[in-house]
Amino acid sequence: MDELLKIKGLQKQYGNQVVLKDINLTVEKGEVVVVIGPSGCGKSTFLRCLNGLEEIQKGVVLVDGLPVESKKKEITKMRQKVGMVFQSYELFPHKTVLENIILAPMKVQKKKRDEATREAMELLERVGLTEKKDFYPRQLSGGQKQRVAIVRALCMHPEILLFDEVTAALDPEMVHEVLETMIALAKAGSTMVIVTHEMAFARAIADRIIFIDRGEIIEESRNPKEFFEHPKTERAKKFLKTFAYE
Amino acid sequence: MQNLGIDVLFKGTNFLRLLQGLWVSVEISLISVAISIVLGLVVGALMTSENKLLKAILKIYLEIVRIMPQMVLLFLAYFGTTRVFGWNLTAEAAAIFVFCFWGTAEMGDLVRGSIKSIPVIQYESAAALGMNRWQTHFYIIMPQTLRRLIPLSINLITRMIKTTSLVMMIGMVEVLKVAQQIIEANRRTSPNAAFGVFGVVFLLYFIICWPISRFAAYLEKRWA
Repeated sequence: MDELLKIKGLQKQYGNQVVLKDINLTVEKGEVVVVIGPSGCGKSTFLRCLNGLEEIQKGVVLVDGLPVESKKKEITKMRQKVGMVFQSYELFPHKTVLENIILAPMKVQKKKRDEATREAMELLERVGLTEKKDFYPRQLSGGQKQRVAIVRALCMHPEILLFDEVTAALDPEMVHEVLETMIALAKAGSTMVIVTHEMAFARAIADRIIFIDRGEIIEESRNPKEFFEHPKTERAKKFLKTFAYE
Repeated sequence: MQNLGIDVLFKGTNFLRLLQGLWVSVEISLISVAISIVLGLVVGALMTSENKLLKAILKIYLEIVRIMPQMVLLFLAYFGTTRVFGWNLTAEAAAIFVFCFWGTAEMGDLVRGSIKSIPVIQYESAAALGMNRWQTHFYIIMPQTLRRLIPLSINLITRMIKTTSLVMMIGMVEVLKVAQQIIEANRRTSPNAAFGVFGVVFLLYFIICWPISRFAAYLEKRWA
């Protein structure tokens, strides 16, 4: 077993309010973990703790055995190992698609422009966007922007990819193209932690399902089919019911 | 129709004098704008700092500038400081000082607003790619801030150019003062000169400010 990400006793508070309580989780290389739960349960915050965008009050997050600490100088190195894609894409509006993708490889990882460009073009081809390379983000559809954001994260060669409700801001017909891209990544062996509201997608892509409610892991399952059909806990049952129509 | 009174401008060196007056206005504006932009960038960045005391001081500074009419500031700087501090500022120095004092505050506030208007998640998105603070500011935040800033600051620049007309109140002979002198001197021979001469002054201001404001509109459209 190859442990890539290890979270031990993670606790996150805003003042006195505890939003994540004693979270323990180990993610192996190549594993796809999907985190689900009701709105406001802390799942997005959890994801943001994994690359140090949120400070944690207790516990540790280890990537490759090294701690992710938001205040330390090494955080920029750790973040190169942990790529993240956001709900609202967050491309840089003043840069073209290609510039968005190669900026960090060039400035952070000091790659040569042609090397970074070559890689970027290969990745853009995989998501079918080569002809958009000189477009600005405002000229793209939501689904295209999100695919560019995925390519931008990939171009840093992260060891783990975090997806924070990446389809939540998309029109329904755009959702599919983004999810397809993610499934292709999973098949190619990427390690991913995904927060999503798309239950059918979760079921299709997950090696493991984590159900979080009120800041705690309530149920964990290595058999997504089993989890969605016969959840063990009452809270998970109740949550999954909200997606079913009779 | 009555004579428009433009003819006086062609007497002797009148038109040349008017242009020299215009140059005085433009010179004060250019110097003040240049200094205000540089200082405004610094002040604006400081206005976004977390330090409460610093923020309070800058807030008071900005409010003073906004509340005080520029003319009062000019009088204070030119007449007020002479006896109390024993400073013997030239009118030009006093004018540039006041315009910079004013421009820096307004510019600073524009810079502050532009920086604040960049969503937090842009910082996070840069951070998530492993950029450090400096890289995030230099490659992501500053370019976006400047784009928002340029149209806004150009409006401030045209306001400053127009407001230089006040410096005649502290004895500077700028374009408006020259115009007055020409009108006064020709009161008997061309009683209608007020219309023609001030009309030309209007045109001169227009010729300077209009391209600047068109440029701002162009940038706003291009970077929208």
